[in-house]
Amino acid sequence: MGTMSARGLGKAYRQYASRWGRLAEWLLPWGSARHELKWVLQDISFEVAAGEALGIIGMNGAGKSTLLKLITGTSHATTGEVRLTGRVAALLELGMGFHPDFTGRQNVFVAGQLIGLSGQEIAHLMPEIEAFAEIGDYMDMPVRVYSSGMQVRLAFAVATCKRPDVLIVDEALSVGDAYFQHKSFNRIREFGQQGTTLLIVSHDKTVIQSICSRAMLLADGRLAMQGEPEMVMDYYNALIAEQGQSTVVQETLADGRVQTVSGTGEAVVTQVTIFNSKGQPVDVVRVGEPLVLRVMAKVRAPIESLVLGYSIKDRLGQVIYGTNTWHTGQALVGPKVGAIYVFNIAFDANLGVGNYSVQTALVASDTHLSSNYEWRDLAVVFSVVNVDKFAFVGSSWMQPVIEVGQVDEVNAVNLATDRAPSQAGAL
Amino acid sequence: MSHAIALWSFRGFVYSSVKREFQAKYRTSLLGIVWMVLQPLALVSVYILVFSQIMGARLGGAEGRFAYGIYLCAGLLTWGLFAEVLGRTINVFVDNANLLKKLSFPRLCLPLIVLLGSLLNFSIIFGLFVLFLLASGNFPGWVFLGLLPVLFVQVLFSVGLGVILAVFNVFFRDVGQLFAIVLQFWFWLTPIVYPREVLPGWVSQWLVLNPMAALIESYQSVLVHARWPNWVELLPTFLLALLLCFLGLIWYRRHAPDMVDEL
Repeated sequence: MGTMSARGLGKAYRQYASRWGRLAEWLLPWGSARHELKWVLQDISFEVAAGEALGIIGMNGAGKSTLLKLITGTSHATTGEVRLTGRVAALLELGMGFHPDFTGRQNVFVAGQLIGLSGQEIAHLMPEIEAFAEIGDYMDMPVRVYSSGMQVRLAFAVATCKRPDVLIVDEALSVGDAYFQHKSFNRIREFGQQGTTLLIVSHDKTVIQSICSRAMLLADGRLAMQGEPEMVMDYYNALIAEQGQSTVVQETLADGRVQTVSGTGEAVVTQVTIFNSKGQPVDVVRVGEPLVLRVMAKVRAPIESLVLGYSIKDRLGQVIYGTNTWHTGQALVGPKVGAIYVFNIAFDANLGVGNYSVQTALVASDTHLSSNYEWRDLAVVFSVVNVDKFAFVGSSWMQPVIEVGQVDEVNAVNLATDRAPSQAGAL
Repeated sequence: MSHAIALWSFRGFVYSSVKREFQAKYRTSLLGIVWMVLQPLALVSVYILVFSQIMGARLGGAEGRFAYGIYLCAGLLTWGLFAEVLGRTINVFVDNANLLKKLSFPRLCLPLIVLLGSLLNFSIIFGLFVLFLLASGNFPGWVFLGLLPVLFVQVLFSVGLGVILAVFNVFFRDVGQLFAIVLQFWFWLTPIVYPREVLPGWVSQWLVLNPMAALIESYQSVLVHARWPNWVELLPTFLLALLLCFLGLIWYRRHAPDMVDEL
């Protein structure tokens, strides 16, 4: 249950020179075809096993929405076929089938039936839907008095009231407040953990990387790349930065990960090394150990300014920390051609146990989107081990001071309403 | 067959949509459901009182003060059903473009919702008319049952024609516009406000080509003259209705894939 496969999927729209062309084609059976095919999607093949999560990324117009329509069956494929097993639910547009004059509760029935639930099922699931939407008394008021956020809450609650075998999610989730986004996102994540196959279209790197086990990049209606979310995402980001200025190179490193290097090449990073406090190059560091990240950059062509940016990413490619020399007020103005500049970045490895990578960027100002001389993912990798701290979890080391004491009941009440001792002292 | 199964599994949706559409009309008004009766009541009264009583119009070959009013209602109310089903079916895909583009569900639910909604409206107005017949002693008796097969043929005919035109209308919006005009002519070319006998002989012959004429005359025969419909005259319309439904299904299946792209 819950598998999805597409083979040689393609979609072409018919374009007629004039409206009369179609009529002629319909009415004159002997006439030749009077339309041209405009391909928006070609040759898409992929398999998603039950319980897997696939992310689809791509620029606007790359064919993502068309692909989703083909998969959900609202639009018919011109070539190839899609096979789905199990109950499919799609979050393409929330609030379909809502009528403004009816109450939330009445609308839940119709919207639920529209996605194939029976009236009994909906009545049974109603308390859960109500609880999830958290719109209180509004449930029995007409939808036209709802705020757009409330509509989305209710619509999402209906659309996901029953765990589907396959869930297809468009960027619809970027609506609603932060709280509800978080909540709806958790529900999707839970579905995934319970075995629902997920297909997610998003521009949000963290969404793709934290939920998906695999990602697919669409470009100009074709499948440009498929693989590890981090690798595909890096390639995608590089593509955006490029917009055709220069090539993007991906190399497979010794550990099997793929490094993406892109940029126009006026300045390049020649060396990236991490040193410990004794000045020795290391790739395994202790939690909290003072480190120096040394980046050497060579200027190869005349440029106005040079800024080094770096970020430390965790195993999933999520940025733990990042900044650049523009923000620190250390941009190099008019660097000399041919010179090699050295950047020594000292910091303490206040990181949780795990593997990390450093990504560097040589740019002209604060963003890599304007002038991108070089963007280098996985410039150096290192591991953090816990040797001399007590056990902890998470991605950061935040040394706590924990006081433990005992109080009687009266004081317990006072303490609960008082400020924390340190804050109270400060004020 | 697969269409029928799909429709059956969405019966809940069809039922609530019809109900909702019906309620939506009166929901935000103060008198609510009263309007549902008032409007048809006004219409039926105008036909019967104004034409029979005030204008004193008489119908040849039928006795009674209300004969012309009843004749008028028999044709107008059923024509109203025909025009409503057809007019709304033609636009059903265009009006629901958003739904069709975003959700995957049996699309033939939509014409079905239109049909059931129209039948519901019709049953209210026709119910009032029947009450009047009973009250004024003009109820035709057992012959009344003869209306059911006629109504069935009419529904088949209007749905078949409607679906074909609805598919056309998605690609050529002219169809919807054109049909509003055609319907006007069609109305006056059908013996609804006038009896067939007033037409010159050569025009009367051509009425054979108007499938609605046979249907309307059957209603009039039952309601005005208390005579069973002329089944033989209805046969061509029935066959045409079957053919249209069959063609409509083929036509729909052939162009449904392109429809969403065009909307």
